[in-house]
Amino acid sequence: MSTAIERFDDKARDAFDRMGQNEVYEGELLRHRVYTRFLHWMVALFFFLALFTGFGIYMPWLFRWFTPIFGGGPLARAMHPWFGLGFVVFFALQMLNWIQPMTWTAADTKWIRNLRSTVSGKEKQDPPDTGFFNGGQKAQFWEIVGGSVVFLITGIILWKGARTFGCWPVAISYILHDISAVIMLGGIFIHIYLSTIGEPGTFQAMIRGAVSEAWAWTFHPAWYKEVTGRDPVQACEEARKRGQIAKQ
Amino acid sequence: MSDRKTLQIKQISGHSGPSPGFDMQRDAEVCKLIDTTICIGCKACEVACVEWNDMPFSPTTFDNTYQTMPATRWNFWNLIKFNEHQREDGTIQWLMRKDQCMHCADPGCLRACPADGAIVQYTNGIVDFQQENCIGCEYCVSGCPYDIPKFNPATKKVYKCTLCSDRVGGGLEPACIKACPTGCLKFGTKDDMKYIAEERAKQLRENFGFEKAGVYDPQSIGGTHVVYVLHDAENPERYGGLPRNPVIPWSYTVWKWLFKPVLGTFALFGLVGVLFHYVTVGPRLPQPQPPLKDSTPREKEI
Ligand code: HEM
Ligand code: SF4
Ligand code: SF4
Repeated sequence: MSTAIERFDDKARDAFDRMGQNEVYEGELLRHRVYTRFLHWMVALFFFLALFTGFGIYMPWLFRWFTPIFGGGPLARAMHPWFGLGFVVFFALQMLNWIQPMTWTAADTKWIRNLRSTVSGKEKQDPPDTGFFNGGQKAQFWEIVGGSVVFLITGIILWKGARTFGCWPVAISYILHDISAVIMLGGIFIHIYLSTIGEPGTFQAMIRGAVSEAWAWTFHPAWYKEVTGRDPVQACEEARKRGQIAKQ
Repeated sequence: MSDRKTLQIKQISGHSGPSPGFDMQRDAEVCKLIDTTICIGCKACEVACVEWNDMPFSPTTFDNTYQTMPATRWNFWNLIKFNEHQREDGTIQWLMRKDQCMHCADPGCLRACPADGAIVQYTNGIVDFQQENCIGCEYCVSGCPYDIPKFNPATKKVYKCTLCSDRVGGGLEPACIKACPTGCLKFGTKDDMKYIAEERAKQLRENFGFEKAGVYDPQSIGGTHVVYVLHDAENPERYGGLPRNPVIPWSYTVWKWLFKPVLGTFALFGLVGVLFHYVTVGPRLPQPQPPLKDSTPREKEI
């Protein structure tokens, strides 16, 4: 089973690499291939489409000025489930694509425990055992996996409505659907912040697919070591001695 | 239309703040009385409803009963439900009930609706859908204990009986009342209709041997502005599925007036939080970052 998934993923990755390209310059490492980037932006696109049409249903009085972008309240309502479905489908593919690097390890638990000093900016570099994804990224990933399952189940109940499922399942589904949306939205704010201005140099990982070596040894030391074979702390020290300031 | 008797709004769906004009003047609560013991199933009210509300023709559905169609539709708000009930002695009792919106005092549809102004309740008790504000989410369907709001896929909005608010606002009775040939339908103030209904139920109990005769005005939703006289008030389900104790899922109130604002604020904290982080702690830069200047109040780092 898992091998079938791997074969599918490999085929998809290769196919997308033939369509697009991964530009890696001197002093950079390849982080996300075309397939991953494509999926990520499809997920983000459908997430925001579903989010904004969802706002119109969540509090129409607040978003009365907003839904006309989607052709008015009723049309926004009619399109919302399809956007949601698009999100779930693309994220499901992304999940298959990422399930291996997203596997939870002891280092991640440690990373989460250490969250406070990371957030307060005291720690300039991530702990040396931080791999391809850190604990926070994995937590967000699995939150979205769980959230998508809740979205899908409650969404179908809301879509087909009380006449198919009865009043109570629908009434409860609203609440769960909303909670799931709000948790995910809160997480996305943090996600967008960190991947753009919060940790400069990250954004290009999802655009060109490549990151600077300095970015890699700073935020994902274990991954840096894995792909280059060099020691991240030492590499950083050497760069400092050369008086080189990290490219972003 | 008389000038004073325009409809006064009591409640508005999804609306924050008071309803404009509420309590400006007191209106008598109106009520439709349906005496199922007199109904002959002639369907005159069905026709009158379709005609007054200018509804497009829709084909009927024959399902081996006398009913025009199995359930009300977005363009068919008034349906006589026919039921053959077998008594214990084997004889048949033919029950007919006019099914339409009950204009509940505590309307589940309005409670569930998220759209500002898509459903309003007037002080006279009429619950009316304002289609221009409806977004077609069909939440009202799940809030209604009587399965009344119906979705029109063409307009993507929901429709139901208005208790002829347009006629009542002008001082007329609803169209179905005007059409009824037997006096089974009556219209007036809630107090008057309740009185007549109770009198009739008493008459049925005392003079006609219907010991369980009574009035259907369920208190679990604060009563309705359509009340029935039933031969057997203990088994309202017999009359085409009239719920004995209609309930509105409590989650609606919690969800709309507590969860939504709280959760919305919660999500907003994410945004505020990251902005706050950026201006206080600042970004984490790839190392080595440029050395800090001596003059900064912070300890010289590295
Ligand atoms: C404009 C909005 C967004 C930007 C700028 C953005 C940017 C990025 C970047 C740069 C990465 C790579 C991080 C790395 O390589 O370490 C990433 C990863 C990821 N993105 Fe986004 N993203 C956005 C929206 C979204 C949305 C809406 C979702 C899903 C609902 C999402 C889900 C993910 C996940 C699960 C990952 C992998 C784990 C992680 O890095 O947290 N992203 N994103
Ligand atoms: S019967 Fe249904 S549609 Fe009519 S007022 Fe009550 S809850 Fe609303
Ligand atoms: S479908 Fe019903 S709940 Fe939804 S906006 Fe229209 S009236 Fe309100």
